Amino acid sequence: MSLQPVKFYQTGTFTVGNRLLAPEERSVQANMQRTNSLNSGHRACQGCGEALGARYAIDAAMNATNRQLIAANATGCLEVFSTPYPETSWQIPWIHSLFGNAAAVATGIAAAIKVKKQKGQGGDVRVVAQGGDGGTTDIGFGCLSGMFERNDDVLYICYDNGGYMNTGVQRSSATPPAARTATTMPLGPEPGNVFGQGKFVPAIAMAHEIPYVATATVADLRDLEYKVTKAMGIRGARYIHILVPCPLGWGTASHDTIRMARLAKETGIFPVFEAEYGEVKSVLAIRRPLPVEEYLRPQKRYAHLFGKSPAVATIARIQALADKNIRKYRLQARQGGH
Amino acid sequence: MDKPFAITLKPGSSLANHTGSWRTTRPEYVDRLPPCNAACPAGENIQGWLFHAESGDYEKAWHALVENNPLPAIMGRVCYHPCEGGCNRQHMDSAVGINSVERFLGDEANKHGWKFAPAAAASGRRVLVIGSGPAGLSAAYHLTRMGHKAVIYEEAPLAGGMMRFGIPKYRLPREVLDTEIQRLLDFGVELHLETKVTDVQQTMKDGFDAVFLGVGAHIAKRAYIPAGDANKVLDAVSVLRGMEDHDAPLLGRRVVVYGGGNTAIDVARTAKRLGAEESIIVYRRTRDKMPAHDFEVEEALQEGISIKWLSTITEAGMGERGDDIMVEKMALDENGFPQPTGEFERMEADSVVLALGQDADLSLLENVPGLVVDKGMIEIDAGMMTGHPGVFAGGDMAGNERTVTVAVGHGKKAARAIDAWLRGEKYAPLPKPELATFDRMNPWYYSDAPKTMRPVLDIIRRQSTFEEVLGGLDETNALFEARRCMSCGNCFECDNCYGVCPDNAVIKLGPGKRFQFNYDYCKGCGICATECPCGAIRIVAEEN
Amino acid sequence: MLKQTEGSHAVAEAVALCRPEVICAYPISPQTHIVEGLGEMVKSGDLKDCEFINVESEFAAMSVAIGSSATGARTYTATASQGLLFMVEAVYNASGLGLPIVMTVANRAIGAPINIWNDHSDSLSQRDCGWIQLFAETNQEALDLHIQAFKLAEELSLPVMVCMDGFILTHAYERVDIPTQEQVDAFLPPYEPRQVLDPAEPVSIGAMVGPEAFMEVRYLAHAKQMQALERIPQMAEEFKTVFGRAIGGLTHSYRTDDAETIVIAMGSVLGTIKDVVDEMRDAGEKIGVLGITSFRPFPIAAVAAALKNCKRFVVLEKSLAVGSGGIVATDVRMAVTGMGLKGYTVVAGLGGRAITKKSLHALFAKAGRGELEPVTFLDLDWQVVNRQLERERQTRRSGPAAESMLRDVGTVASKIA
Ligand SMILES: Cc1cc2nc3c(=O)[nH]c(=O)nc-3n(C[C@H](O)[C@H](O)[C@H](O)COP(=O)(O)OP(=O)(O)OC[C@H]3O[C@@H](n4cnc5c(N)ncnc54)[C@H](O)[C@@H]3O)c2cc1C
Ligand SMILES: Cc1ncc(C[n+]2csc(CCOP(=O)(O)OP(=O)(O)O)c2C)c(N)n1
Ligand code: SF4
Ligand code: SF4
Ligand SMILES: [Mg+2]
Repeated sequence: MSLQPVKFYQTGTFTVGNRLLAPEERSVQANMQRTNSLNSGHRACQGCGEALGARYAIDAAMNATNRQLIAANATGCLEVFSTPYPETSWQIPWIHSLFGNAAAVATGIAAAIKVKKQKGQGGDVRVVAQGGDGGTTDIGFGCLSGMFERNDDVLYICYDNGGYMNTGVQRSSATPPAARTATTMPLGPEPGNVFGQGKFVPAIAMAHEIPYVATATVADLRDLEYKVTKAMGIRGARYIHILVPCPLGWGTASHDTIRMARLAKETGIFPVFEAEYGEVKSVLAIRRPLPVEEYLRPQKRYAHLFGKSPAVATIARIQALADKNIRKYRLQARQGGH
Repeated sequence: MDKPFAITLKPGSSLANHTGSWRTTRPEYVDRLPPCNAACPAGENIQGWLFHAESGDYEKAWHALVENNPLPAIMGRVCYHPCEGGCNRQHMDSAVGINSVERFLGDEANKHGWKFAPAAAASGRRVLVIGSGPAGLSAAYHLTRMGHKAVIYEEAPLAGGMMRFGIPKYRLPREVLDTEIQRLLDFGVELHLETKVTDVQQTMKDGFDAVFLGVGAHIAKRAYIPAGDANKVLDAVSVLRGMEDHDAPLLGRRVVVYGGGNTAIDVARTAKRLGAEESIIVYRRTRDKMPAHDFEVEEALQEGISIKWLSTITEAGMGERGDDIMVEKMALDENGFPQPTGEFERMEADSVVLALGQDADLSLLENVPGLVVDKGMIEIDAGMMTGHPGVFAGGDMAGNERTVTVAVGHGKKAARAIDAWLRGEKYAPLPKPELATFDRMNPWYYSDAPKTMRPVLDIIRRQSTFEEVLGGLDETNALFEARRCMSCGNCFECDNCYGVCPDNAVIKLGPGKRFQFNYDYCKGCGICATECPCGAIRIVAEEN
Repeated sequence: MLKQTEGSHAVAEAVALCRPEVICAYPISPQTHIVEGLGEMVKSGDLKDCEFINVESEFAAMSVAIGSSATGARTYTATASQGLLFMVEAVYNASGLGLPIVMTVANRAIGAPINIWNDHSDSLSQRDCGWIQLFAETNQEALDLHIQAFKLAEELSLPVMVCMDGFILTHAYERVDIPTQEQVDAFLPPYEPRQVLDPAEPVSIGAMVGPEAFMEVRYLAHAKQMQALERIPQMAEEFKTVFGRAIGGLTHSYRTDDAETIVIAMGSVLGTIKDVVDEMRDAGEKIGVLGITSFRPFPIAAVAAALKNCKRFVVLEKSLAVGSGGIVATDVRMAVTGMGLKGYTVVAGLGGRAITKKSLHALFAKAGRGELEPVTFLDLDWQVVNRQLERERQTRRSGPAAESMLRDVGTVASKIA
């Protein structure tokens, strides 16, 4: 007979809002008074995951800090589409310095805030640094690692769209294997990125044993907000790596941005987890397991795998990577729960 | 701040950049027709009332429900819920238990004595309603809502039609029936019992501007079965009607019911409850061909009713005591029709109850010019009007689908048509919006939640008493069940569009007010439409 | 307070008196002692309310400085040589954003070959980076210029480099007059940023600017430097009233009144040059010295005025515009355009090569006689150079470009031979 969990809210926390939940249990994005930190009028492509991810994350950080937030931004799409003279879409104190130094600029901001506070000249303002995968995993990696190592009071957010999109979709060290970019073609036998290269910065961040490292996607808003909020409640260096599909670079339909992020997570391609002081503390389990093909097929950057004779072996290698993630992070679908 | 030129900018100034000009397609909010609503013969706005039930506002939900159907407590018991058959949730786990929530709401209303919302101002027009079955009650209710005076003439001593004299109490307790009928009377419906109409045209002269016929179909169909005297051969309608009398019908130890509809099942189950040791249904086809609903067959089998498939009764009143019957085995031909096999079997039977369907008694319509009767059924147009102007009809007498729900739907539709007719207009139903099919939705967003089972009365009590078999949901369960609704095709304010737009181009208008697109900034990416769980956004090509 | 101390330490004390709020630096000789000195003061509590950050690179040092300065903190860093080059992108950025960071450059040569000794190649490589560049002649000046630098930077919202010769000044123990905190406070008001990252009044700093406004932005940067040309001498005056010392300004003339030959230089080498000039004056030569303190903005008018009455000038610089000649000389020549002066460029002291009085005597005498080549490499070991050139001429067959380059060098060499 009826053995239902009493707490059942139709869409639970899957949707952005839910009128059935108590207001304090609702998402930041559902709030009519959300900051819209990255406001309308920006010049991101239609359906840009990075624009979405940035608003999600920064609004959450604004909410968590009572709007006492400053952001440092690396060069990249996010910066270019948000602040072309004479207009900015940012509603928060924001600075763009260079491609590779966002983490260090943020360190400087945090230091200034600390002194000002110490002197009684300023309040408890918090700092976020943000950049694309290129600005994070490649050119900005030195500054990022330095910031981690010093355990500066900065939350660094990487918006990973798997390549240098702003310069026209070139390979970065976050470009996944077999994905084709403008600069993967010359290397290796296939047009896609070579297997076995690249780096997964969340794991490297964990190796710094900083207080908090997490991954998230634009498909799981509540998880993303939870992580940003949690991160803002912690002092010291924190890192959140958000998967943000890029319709332009991935060759996906503009309306599929969130779906692609969801597929990345559900196939195990992109593990969603959080770690404290170098140890994984929780994972977002797969809810509806799917083969990687479901994720690969809609993307033109993998189109070369699905020609007349599909690259079965390559797809199998990608599947093996996903399976490895599933094993390593224990992402197996769990029964029930919402 | 004395900002340096060009490198330092004023916050939020990009609002000056109207990115809406990039758009080649635009999102639009739509209300699509939920499949449950589409499937409900009473035309209930199920998604609409579940919306209120989801938030625990049962009174509002009930009010939304009774806008279309004044009998939720009854309906929540006897309706065969075709809505659930349409429910999109079945593609995920199982259909929403719409019917059980409806019953819960009906019971809540009865418990708390909720009243209908006030009717429209009196129009001064009077409409005669013949018959107080669901068709008549529904027509009378809707006419009253619209401000007309509805007067029911009912032949029987009690109102309810087949709901009282057909459907057994273990499925529809009479208090429930009485309460809902009383609410209608309190609302202003005038009821005259034991008032048989024998000549419509004559009765109309009592100052009625129009008439609605809802006389049902009460004349049992008989099959020719050669029978001796000793054998009791009865018909199902009389047996069930007899249940409402002081003395219950005497059916004996071994009862054979002939037929395969729900009525057959009801009689067989009633016989069991009356003390029959054996209650056997004889049906000429197979189980999957049986018109009775599967869940009723299932319940009957659980209660110990046995069913003889592929069998016909060829003779009754046989043997010394005259209580044997002869049954012939049938076989299905390639078209699925039963054909005699010539194989016979003798069975003992204290009584044989024929449950072979009913015909309508249309004698009161003799002499009405323009009426067309075809195969015992009165013909009506799309606006429920018969061939005679001002004479409308619905329910069992006017349709092949004979259920309480269809009757209620007919009553409503007829009331609207009568209302139009009284104003000298022709009733034109609103065009139906496109269907909210499952492929237009994004089911990802719904929490996993299997259907809540209604508590079922335990077997022993079911075999001996007329207590209600199916229980109702309690508040928690009802809420749970309501929340399983996916609000197909209709915004339920999940805030997804508001959240997922990378361009903040969705304006949230506040609770109950839904959303608006800000086309100044919408780039037409379509994410909102793709991520709308219920499919309430469509993308259309931008003109020029 | 007079004190016998190391140049680096004197500068550290001066910087500390300026109440910096964020100090971030990455070690490189010969800058290390300055930063270490500051670190000690932070540790001891002599320097309060100051964040001292050990960064992982010079690029990070400047980037941290950008962040803290933009957040309204008075920010200091120091570097040299390779370190300066490593931070170049951020150096340009700091000035582009108009952030009043003060940075000491302990001038040092740039590799390869790697060389830790003094010349001016590092800061002069940043000639056009948009920073103000002040060159100190003595440790006293180095110390005082830092105090002025903060004031200048913050008034103009421009970053300032104070350049002091590596080792020659940074590691030299000299007597300096270290001002009191009261004096510094009287001279240098608290930092009031022109633009600041503040949640109470949010702005976006660092927009992308396209062709429609980029020229204007650059012009405005230039105009700011032109303003500095006015402010720097005024500030020297103000400094004098508070501290009683004439320090700073755009240029310093020494015995130039009736000079026919004026030697122009920057930094500590001016001391040696002045000694030589004194000696030559004693010998009746009409020679004087023009020390340039402000290399950026370049004081065109002041230089022109100072050279107005001479016949010739010698720019002795510790830098080389490879393939062209002098760097400072180019600017000086521009300043005297149309004045009909004879000008000589002397590249000297690269990579710490000693600039001896003896060599200078000979050099200036030659200049006075009008015998100096337009570009001279002081004390170059021609034997070594020629041998190498000869070897390369014989073994290298690397195509037309290389060949012609060799021919060029050959021409120069043959002229000298
Ligand atoms: C045993 C049985 C079980 C059923 N179970 C279900 C079920 O579970 N669910 C379901 O949806 N449907 C069920 N039905 C069908 C359902 O009851 C009918 O379809 C429905 O009641 C038809 O409604 P109606 O208003 O058209 O006619 P009725 O309910 O038959 O009502 C007609 C009324 O008109 C009155 N009347 C007739 N002639 C005159 C006259 N000349 N003057 C005045 N009054 C007159 C009658 O007395 C009667 O009260 C069942 C039917 C039977 C027989
Ligand atoms: C030092 C430097 N090198 C290169 C560039 C050119 N550049 C600007 S943005 C960019 C790519 C940015 O990629 P990523 O950080 O992944 O951000 P995305 O645009 O993909 O969001 C590059 C290569 C630069 N601006 N600065
Ligand atoms: S290129 Fe990709 S990341 Fe950049 S604006 Fe377009 S969609 Fe966004
Ligand atoms: S998500 Fe936003 S930009 Fe995209 S179609 Fe919907 S309203 Fe327009
Ligand atoms: Mg990228």
